[in-house]
Amino acid sequence: MNKVLKGVFILALLLIYTTGFAKSISFVGAGSTFAYPLYSKMFNVYHNKTGIKVNYQAVGSGAGQRQIIARAIDFGASDAFMSDAQMSKAPAKLLHIPIALGAVVMTYNLNIKGKLRLTPAIITGIYLGKIKKWNDKQIKSVNPHLNLPAENIVVVHRSDGSGTTFIFTDYLSKVSKQWRKKVGRDTSVGWPVGIGGKGNAGVAGLVKQIPGAIGYVELIYASSNNMPMAYLQNSYGNFIYPSLDSVTAAANTKIPDDTRVSLTDTPAPTGYPIAGMTWLLVYQQQHYLGRSKAKAEAFAKLIWWMTHDAQRYTKPLEYSPLPKNVVKLAENILKSMTYDGKAIIR
Amino acid sequence: MNDMVKKLKLRQIQDKLFTAIIGIFSIAMLLPLFFILFYIIKNGAAAINWHFITSLPKPVGQTGGISNAIVGTIELIGIASLIAIPLALFTGIYIKEFEKNKLAAAVSSLTDLLQGVPSIVIGIVCYLWIVLPLKSFSLLSGAVALAIMMLPMIIKSTYHSLRLVPESLKEASLALGTPYYRTVIKVMLPAAASGILTGIILSVSRVAGETAPLLFTAFGNPFMNFSIDKPVNSLPLLIFNYATSPFSDWQKQAWGASLILIIMISVLNIISKFMEHKWKTTY
Amino acid sequence: MSRISCKDYRSGSLEEKGSLRIVKETLFRLLLVAAAITSVFIVMGIFVSLLLGSWKSINEFGLNFIWSSTWNPAAKTFGALPFVIGTVSTSFLALLISIPFSFASAIYLSLYLKNGWFSGLLKFSVELLAGIPSIIYGFWGLFVLVPIVRSFEIKLGFIPYGVGILTASVILAVMIIPFASSMAAEVIKLVPQDLKEAGFAMGATRFEVIKNIVIPYAQGGIFSGILLAFGRAFGETMAVTMVIGNSNAIPKNIFSPSNSMASVIANEFTEARGDLYLSSLIEIGLLLFAISFIVNAIGNRIMKKMDVKK
Repeated sequence: MNKVLKGVFILALLLIYTTGFAKSISFVGAGSTFAYPLYSKMFNVYHNKTGIKVNYQAVGSGAGQRQIIARAIDFGASDAFMSDAQMSKAPAKLLHIPIALGAVVMTYNLNIKGKLRLTPAIITGIYLGKIKKWNDKQIKSVNPHLNLPAENIVVVHRSDGSGTTFIFTDYLSKVSKQWRKKVGRDTSVGWPVGIGGKGNAGVAGLVKQIPGAIGYVELIYASSNNMPMAYLQNSYGNFIYPSLDSVTAAANTKIPDDTRVSLTDTPAPTGYPIAGMTWLLVYQQQHYLGRSKAKAEAFAKLIWWMTHDAQRYTKPLEYSPLPKNVVKLAENILKSMTYDGKAIIR
Repeated sequence: MNDMVKKLKLRQIQDKLFTAIIGIFSIAMLLPLFFILFYIIKNGAAAINWHFITSLPKPVGQTGGISNAIVGTIELIGIASLIAIPLALFTGIYIKEFEKNKLAAAVSSLTDLLQGVPSIVIGIVCYLWIVLPLKSFSLLSGAVALAIMMLPMIIKSTYHSLRLVPESLKEASLALGTPYYRTVIKVMLPAAASGILTGIILSVSRVAGETAPLLFTAFGNPFMNFSIDKPVNSLPLLIFNYATSPFSDWQKQAWGASLILIIMISVLNIISKFMEHKWKTTY
Repeated sequence: MSRISCKDYRSGSLEEKGSLRIVKETLFRLLLVAAAITSVFIVMGIFVSLLLGSWKSINEFGLNFIWSSTWNPAAKTFGALPFVIGTVSTSFLALLISIPFSFASAIYLSLYLKNGWFSGLLKFSVELLAGIPSIIYGFWGLFVLVPIVRSFEIKLGFIPYGVGILTASVILAVMIIPFASSMAAEVIKLVPQDLKEAGFAMGATRFEVIKNIVIPYAQGGIFSGILLAFGRAFGETMAVTMVIGNSNAIPKNIFSPSNSMASVIANEFTEARGDLYLSSLIEIGLLLFAISFIVNAIGNRIMKKMDVKK
């Protein structure tokens, strides 16, 4: 027994010795699953380049916002911008730094030839539970070229709080009064119908598995799985297919200095209607919880890299890079980050 | 008379039928087990190779490994054991030695209750206790959650094993003038060692597969982590994240990780079985 | 004298230096008490933390929390009824499915073949089943069971979700069978041999002995075994989360997607923005804790009365 005890004791010392507390610089971020493929690529490259480890967990934009307010992580990532009321819950001023543009696409599981076309009225009808069958008159009328089956529509939505949901419900609230009144827009809402999947991945997985399903996911989750995407009718009346160009076109509107803006239901004639920005959420004043100056500098450098050099990883992963005017705005925001009152980047 | 014979036959048929039904249900019970094991071995074995075990996860599209999760699981279990074993051991001794005491009775029934507390609840509590005050998801918070889950099993096994040690052994030691604490440590604990160790190993094998309490404590990490105040990955967490992803690459890796997890747990269970039989002290 | 109390041996110290020895003894006993008190504090602490954490939601919604069926974070209204129904129906259905299997294997193990290769295989399998982590059950359920259930749903004309109450119940049943089976076997073993032999001597068949002697005798134990298995089932998180469908509406039938109390916490806890949202999730945790408390207290009491070793 003594030997066992001694062994355990030595093991304990060893563990404490090898673990101990962190010394090297590393960052923890969490949030958006929408941007996860992009961030995992960026942070992997950055680690190989600089040795700095960035641990990013795709737990949903809602979680990203919550955890940055709780200061349990170094940065949050969100596809929904925070309202003034939400920001006031944080212990200090939060900044939104745009990283990329993306599109939320309607993906479906139907055995049809050709691409489905959807109008705002059809999407709201389906998600309010009013349109129940694929061969509904409304759907047929805009899809005369398709042989739609009499299958039930299985609605799939997110089960976790998500920026993708925010962008999607923001769009629905803009195009439908009834939706705005009955459901509203948020990172998670009370869904009238449907089943929930966790993360973009979960929704894509469910749609892929269930015949007759329809769901909303970020572009790359649909395209990387060869899932079909629907043409959507924008406010101009055109049916637009989700693509990098149509998303960039959607951003062709006025963007405020703090970049907190919704890009959905764009007035641009060639713009895709359910597009959005994805942001990092960071504290303006970086000297908190005993953070060192070196850490703050490394942090600002990382984000600078993400908004500049690393923009080249967006296109291969089917995100749209930031337009030049937005990069300029991001630079200004980054320059407003301070450590003990002094700007970190000049 | 004929009636009686008829009735007897009927009863015998009834009995045979019952036996058959019992047998069928018992065999049917085994089916899911073989089904599950078959699936995991078939899919898991295809995913496992040296690269898989020794390298870190990569972005989608590049083949990565799960070394961070394997190491993370070992770290979590190690630290959880460091916390749980001493605490549970002493608590177990207390319950046995002061059995008539009211506090001991209270501890004993609370331990039973703790065993029934859903693991997700323990996750919430450790988030409130450790993650929020320390302002970080961490290896420590995950380990504490697992430690709390280990406590009742080790306490119970310590108590039951000590109860099997004959009173005469203790009395003999005390009669020789051995101090009480030495009697407990040198005489009683060694005599109960096989049972206690079995309990410890079983508790480790049980928490090794726990996911729910780690969701908001250990959190996950694509890198290797050796800091107690930083998030860490574990096999069950990785399986959850990869299994629910749409990337068939990741799903394959999740099968591989499942097989490795099952092997780890089975080895622990076999060790405990072995100890139960070979080390058993009989009086 | 059958037991030696602490005072007796303290006076018997002859060799070691008296005072040092007393210090050591006291220290040792203090250590034991400290450990025991720590364990008590942990359990109490869990309860107190949950209560404090859910205070806001308890204040806001009161008892309505359990009866209200709207869970809408955007509108800040939180009612747990859909999850309570989801949890209770999956656990109950799982029990129904598992009872014949666990009961049969328990009788087999304790009355028919106590030894022999088949009972060895059965015992071994029950232990293996009990050792598989819940995440792996969920994973397997998602990829194997869900498509099977889906094909049934297509044949029966239901919406082919695949995920839902039935799928979750089947997975839960597979998970609680080993637990319920070993529990029932322990209880059945307690039936005195002479009672059974008396039955056989009267010319009763095995079926009749089981029906008229074993089951009535073990009734209480079997009931509490079922209760404890129920307690297991409703706290189960991961496997259920993966196959229940995560829908926050009240389920219409056993094929409907639903959500359980544990899985709504797993899904929404890290993200819950706003104190009320978080507090409501913690209150669900408190409910889980309270129910497990009651179920286990009753189950353990009956088991203890019967002196069943778990």
